[in-house]
Amino acid sequence: MSEKKIMLGNEAIARGIWEAGAKVSSAYPGTPSTEISEFLATYEEVYAEWAPNEKVALEVAAGASIAGVRAVASMKHVGLNVASDPLYTLAYTGVNGGLVIVVADDPGIASSQNEQDTRMIARSTHLPVLEPADSQEAKDFISLAFEISEKYDTPVIFRTTTKLSHSQSIVALGERREIEDKEYERNAKKYVMMPANAIQRHKFVEERENKLAKEACAFSINRVEGEESEIGFITSGIAYQYVKEVFPKAKILKLGLVNPLPKQLIKEFINSVKRTVVVEELEPVIEEQIRAWGYAVDGKNLFTVQGEYNANMLKKAICGENNDGVAPKITPARPPILCSGCPHRAVFSVLNKLKIHASGDIGCYTLGAVAPLNVIDTCICMGSSVSGLHGIGKAKGDEFLKNWVAVIGDSTFLHTGINSLLNMVYNKAHGVVIILDNRTTGMTGHQDHPATGKTLKGEETYAVDFVALCKAIGVEDTVEINAFDVSALEEKLKATLGKQTLTVIVARAPCALLKGQKFPYYCTVEEEKCRHCNACMKIGCPAISKENGVIKINLAACNGCGLCQSYCKFNAIKKVER
Amino acid sequence: MNVMIVGVGGQGTLLTSRIIGKVALEGGYDVKISEVHGMAQRGGSVVTFVRFGESVSEPVVEENGADLLIAFEKLEAYRYAHYLKKDGILVVNDCRIDPMTVTIGAAEYPENIIEELQNGHTVYALNAETAAKTLGNSKVVNSIMLGKAARYMPFEKEKWLQAVKETVPQKTVELNEQAFLLGYGE
Repeated sequence: MSEKKIMLGNEAIARGIWEAGAKVSSAYPGTPSTEISEFLATYEEVYAEWAPNEKVALEVAAGASIAGVRAVASMKHVGLNVASDPLYTLAYTGVNGGLVIVVADDPGIASSQNEQDTRMIARSTHLPVLEPADSQEAKDFISLAFEISEKYDTPVIFRTTTKLSHSQSIVALGERREIEDKEYERNAKKYVMMPANAIQRHKFVEERENKLAKEACAFSINRVEGEESEIGFITSGIAYQYVKEVFPKAKILKLGLVNPLPKQLIKEFINSVKRTVVVEELEPVIEEQIRAWGYAVDGKNLFTVQGEYNANMLKKAICGENNDGVAPKITPARPPILCSGCPHRAVFSVLNKLKIHASGDIGCYTLGAVAPLNVIDTCICMGSSVSGLHGIGKAKGDEFLKNWVAVIGDSTFLHTGINSLLNMVYNKAHGVVIILDNRTTGMTGHQDHPATGKTLKGEETYAVDFVALCKAIGVEDTVEINAFDVSALEEKLKATLGKQTLTVIVARAPCALLKGQKFPYYCTVEEEKCRHCNACMKIGCPAISKENGVIKINLAACNGCGLCQSYCKFNAIKKVER
Repeated sequence: MNVMIVGVGGQGTLLTSRIIGKVALEGGYDVKISEVHGMAQRGGSVVTFVRFGESVSEPVVEENGADLLIAFEKLEAYRYAHYLKKDGILVVNDCRIDPMTVTIGAAEYPENIIEELQNGHTVYALNAETAAKTLGNSKVVNSIMLGKAARYMPFEKEKWLQAVKETVPQKTVELNEQAFLLGYGE
């Protein structure tokens, strides 16, 4: 009997990639996909890396596939937007070694900016999509994805969702299969996508999808289970678990391949039950196709396109049963906040003081949008802070811009912010861009990037110098300032805002949660000196609170950064050695 | 059995759910654990679920569905108390961490949370911070909470100690074992 282990969905995906004999993986971190690469990095036989963005990651994996090995790119749903340029055309070229693109959707928006459905992109690219329902399938379906990729000459999308990626369930482990490298043969008709070749490949794409749709009817991952029942369910992925929870014995068509749909199998299933309900989170991708075939199935007439589903929701929608529990108590919200000792807080405290608006970006620092800092005005997508500021400047001119900056994290800047800065230089823009350089990819849990000097596998490598980089592309006024040096930051901002120059401030200090970043002291309030002006409360530090009118600093929570001390006019806060 | 663990991001709820999952797996059960990663971890309200039994489908516990609610902070106990079944048990750390909404004066921290929860639930409260201080280390709060909660799950003490030993960092094994036993009541 094989060893059984309880595994996170993402850990099981990594295990599946290893067992399938894959050799190359490239990715950019993004919740809920990040742990796939972190677990992969522990397997010697797989070359695994962080790329600066998802487009680069997919192209790396495509290169490896064309060269003849099994390769993977993994990303979150919005990362696929960045990678969609290569994706659409790789659908035409097909593969040599198997190519699997793992995409993690985020229904419920646990840690994203939207809840788009990757299956919609799969439909428009005509790529197959596999979707597992637990960690065991997450591991097993990966091998299958590679087999389909090679057999049908197509990249395969492997779709997971937050609940699958971040749930643990039991997995029976397998061994790694060593897959022999394929020969590389020059084949311009297949890999050089200029019009004459692309026209021919597009024909192939259509034939391939039709063939797969037909043959998928016999795939064991598209299976009918359960007894005869009034209602038959068509479902896939984590939604299958909710159906099983409420209707453990019902007749279910569980789809493992959700694009293209196995039409004949679905028709037979619908004809075998009195009523069919399609249960799928997010978009009605399965339902609408079935309806287009002329079947009146239930689906989004019962359920929403928003958020995650659950068993109670199904009970209510299908059986009309309400949960008879008690109502939730009214409680003060506890939203996520910047950690104590976070260098972003120092920068934001200056922006707040000077009443400056910030064109924001994706990362922990998006939390600067909430009270009491309230400095972030916009957050759209990776890199958009810099180009957004540029647009604001071109629209309203220098006078308007004097109250604006762009803020972008180090990893985000290298992801896609750099192109936006190039555009500002090229098009003679004015303005101030602050790179919040905390020496890591923070929000996703500390991943390295091209400026940290470490690879995913932990090897030493070249570290990009932001000041030299920005100067090299034409931002002569680029300076580095310690993020906690609030007076230097204030001075520089006052000297440059509203001027006809383009300035980059690299506000640098390591993330407070990085190992070894705790300062060697903590801060404490000298009550006799405190005038209760609340200046220290305005920085929104979770270590500072007021009890019975007295300001207190929680020693265990204090990181010792001393930012509160910088804002105390009465010298009532002192640093004490730990 | 449906177990729910709630707290504030950074309190170590994830490790606790993983230990429970490990013990349940060794006990021969089907197990599912649902975790929270990413933005919500940054000091926000954090929820994890562990379900074990003959066969488990849904990875989460729903309202009115928890047999055991382990709360690392009392406001979080209050926030999620409606997830408890009528005869469910609440193990709560009698500690207060103000959310930012309270710190900036936009909301008030509710008074008498534990007393109110006792009215309608079986509640076992302890102050794990104070207990941790007797061991001289504030970082073992989660092992103390686990020890207290372990009394209400169907596994033997030795199985728990084994799982703690295999899960916590090597250097802290002895300390965490002591903390577990302190919570367990031995």
